Amino acid sequence: MDVLFGNLSEFLTRFGGTIGLFVLSAIASLILGVVLAAMRVSPVPAMRAVGTGYVTLLRNTPLTLVLFFFALGFTKLFFYLPFFLLAVIGLSLYTAAFVCEVVRGGISTVSAGQAEAARALGLGFTQTLSLIVLPQAVRSVMPPLTSVQIALLKNTTVAAGFSVFEAGGFYRAVNEQGGSTLVALLWVALGFIILVIPLTVLQRRLEKRWSVAR
Amino acid sequence: MSAPTAVLFDVPGPRAKARNTAAGVVTLLVVAALVAVIIWRLAATGQLDARAWEWILYENVQLALLDGLVNTLRAFASGAVLALLLGALLALGRLSDQKWLRSVSTWVVELFRAVPLVVLMFLFYYGMPSIGITVSTYAAVVLGLMLYNGAVLAEVFRAGVLAVPRGQSEAAYALGLRKSGVMRFVLLPQAVRSMLPAIVSQLVVLLKDSALGFLITYPELLFQAQFLGSNATLGSPLIPVAMVVAVIYITLCLLLSALATWLERRTRRNPAVLTVAPTERPDDA
Repeated sequence: MDVLFGNLSEFLTRFGGTIGLFVLSAIASLILGVVLAAMRVSPVPAMRAVGTGYVTLLRNTPLTLVLFFFALGFTKLFFYLPFFLLAVIGLSLYTAAFVCEVVRGGISTVSAGQAEAARALGLGFTQTLSLIVLPQAVRSVMPPLTSVQIALLKNTTVAAGFSVFEAGGFYRAVNEQGGSTLVALLWVALGFIILVIPLTVLQRRLEKRWSVAR
Repeated sequence: MSAPTAVLFDVPGPRAKARNTAAGVVTLLVVAALVAVIIWRLAATGQLDARAWEWILYENVQLALLDGLVNTLRAFASGAVLALLLGALLALGRLSDQKWLRSVSTWVVELFRAVPLVVLMFLFYYGMPSIGITVSTYAAVVLGLMLYNGAVLAEVFRAGVLAVPRGQSEAAYALGLRKSGVMRFVLLPQAVRSMLPAIVSQLVVLLKDSALGFLITYPELLFQAQFLGSNATLGSPLIPVAMVVAVIYITLCLLLSALATWLERRTRRNPAVLTVAPTERPDDA
């Protein structure tokens, strides 16, 4: 208990950092992921190829490698950016590949009659996708999308390995003051469990409420 | 592209064709511009100079990278075997008739799925010494991989067993087999065959996660990349080394992913194997 309450402000600041990193990356990865999914089902072969290539590449790259590049390589090659922003970019690029796959899976759960009816009404690809198919796909996509975002939340700890700004780095701060590293890390683990639980509950609830027999 | 994709748009007429071609050209131009910027920056910062790639000729450097590769594969192999074993045990526990065994297994699975893998590894490597237990980096990596992936695999196994039609176990019980026999001779063989693609996909995740060993200084590929890349006598070739390491990592993962895809296709073709709806496994760390 001393380890936690002696460093409470430190602990909370760091979890604040985790949540900030999570929220920004979640929004960015959702936007990019949906765009990628749209590219992968579009009538333009070049877009499909680019989307497929991106997803295959990123899904088969360890996140550590992605963040390794952003933490150590980016500034050397391009220009200086604070590590927090670099971590957001890295996490978003990585997670977007998984979001894309989930959304694409969701698009294929919408029955073909819907898209056919939309086309019969004269809607084009963009309209069919954005007005008819995607709004219906949201239902079946929500539970797996929450899983992806839970994974993202846990992945923010990988960024901690490269910097000290968020929850994963808490143990170092405690250690510098001579506190027990083990206890500090157990508190961090507990903190993550507490963060993950509401998301899991939300996921179960959405699954129950939105699952429709098609 | 599969059927639901082609359903989203009509067969393009002349105007749509022109528009699609234009969109395709723009896409390719944007990608080409991105690649050009990256190559330009690489060249401008001297990453493509002969000096920056000299290290690749040194035997010691090659051996160090090979050593990193061996360490990565070692952690992956032991992590995979242990995770499969733990996953099978936990799945059996969750399917058990004993209530206490069921709830214990459920809690273990939920716990290790909720705690980030990095935190698990940190717990073993940085945390344990403060109660007097020293854990080597290798052990910390393997333990972390085992606990996290074991918990995920337990769910995969369980879903596989539950997906076997009820008639199978009923028939087996009717033949006089006990629960252990039903499990061993009837349910598991069918479940493992139908779940094989999902299991291999999870092993790709495990391979990717082995790179997290870098964060606790386990001397795997990425660690060697940083070590060699910060070596001043070699001219600190961090980015060239990282590029080589990235190619190795991605190739390994792609090979394993290709195996998973091949297995899935084979499973789908074979009518003897029951097809479980291919589960998306976004449970990725």
